[in-house]
Amino acid sequence: MDHRLLARLADGLPLASRPYAEIGRELDLSEDAVIGRIRRLAEGGVIRRFGLIVRHHELGYQANAMSVWDVPDDQVDALGTDLAAYPFVTLCYRRRRQLPRWPYNLFAMVHGKERSQVQSQVEQLNEQLALGHLPHHVLFSTKRYKQSAARFAGALSKAG
Amino acid sequence: MASVQALTERERELLNRYQRDFPLEPRPYAAMAEGLDMSEDDLLAMLRDLTVRGILGRVGATVRPNSAGASTLAALAVPPARLDAVAAQVSALSAVNHNSARVHDFNLWFVVTAGDDAGIDRALAEIEAATGLSPIKLPLEAEYHIDLGFTL
Repeated sequence: MDHRLLARLADGLPLASRPYAEIGRELDLSEDAVIGRIRRLAEGGVIRRFGLIVRHHELGYQANAMSVWDVPDDQVDALGTDLAAYPFVTLCYRRRRQLPRWPYNLFAMVHGKERSQVQSQVEQLNEQLALGHLPHHVLFSTKRYKQSAARFAGALSKAG
Repeated sequence: MASVQALTERERELLNRYQRDFPLEPRPYAAMAEGLDMSEDDLLAMLRDLTVRGILGRVGATVRPNSAGASTLAALAVPPARLDAVAAQVSALSAVNHNSARVHDFNLWFVVTAGDDAGIDRALAEIEAATGLSPIKLPLEAEYHIDLGFTL
């Protein structure tokens, strides 16, 4: 049932006076049960954030850089924790390398209104955390083709 | 470049306050409206308007990766002349939920979600068969940030 609830929430909470009751009718749950399940999923950390999902691009936050570094495995967790503390770092991950095509294992997303501002913020990270000597790249976003909520369908199907 | 939209002060306040800690009570919009000194109907109208303008994606949840299925970041190195066409092929899969061009040899970046890892591999194989290009698969190993939304 939690999967069905999360799948339903991916379509958005209804913009109606009693939205949890509406979802409950669709899933055959009471209003209280819907609220209780969302609360438990949030407290358990499965739902990380519940609220208004804003599309920053439309508000002028159009510069978006994915910065990547190739960090020795024994240093990556400490550096990731340091990176995540910067307010302009909106996402920070360790990912598996795919050698030889992709050597980078530490990822940080930086959002801003101007590319020059984002660039200087990344330079700030490189200087203050002594990351500049590591192999790294800054990948600016140039075009968004698709942005939607994750759908965890078991089977692959074509959209639309 | 898409046009940049301005927010009214009240819209900004609404968006900054409720990107997290959305009310978990039977009439959440009424509770929010009370805090902003407006009626529930006016607040719902404001949210609908923000949706139509493309600023509000939805009211919903961001979910911890891999807690409700599997997902991965993936990328393709696409010959520049084919970029828009290949991007459309990738976006057409419902398993793909974010898809962007970036400046790099790997110039098309997307997130693939599926019920399990085998489903991801099927989606990536489908992309490779459709495009003739071999994706790199970069699954998450650890995350360091806490998602608090984004102050506007």
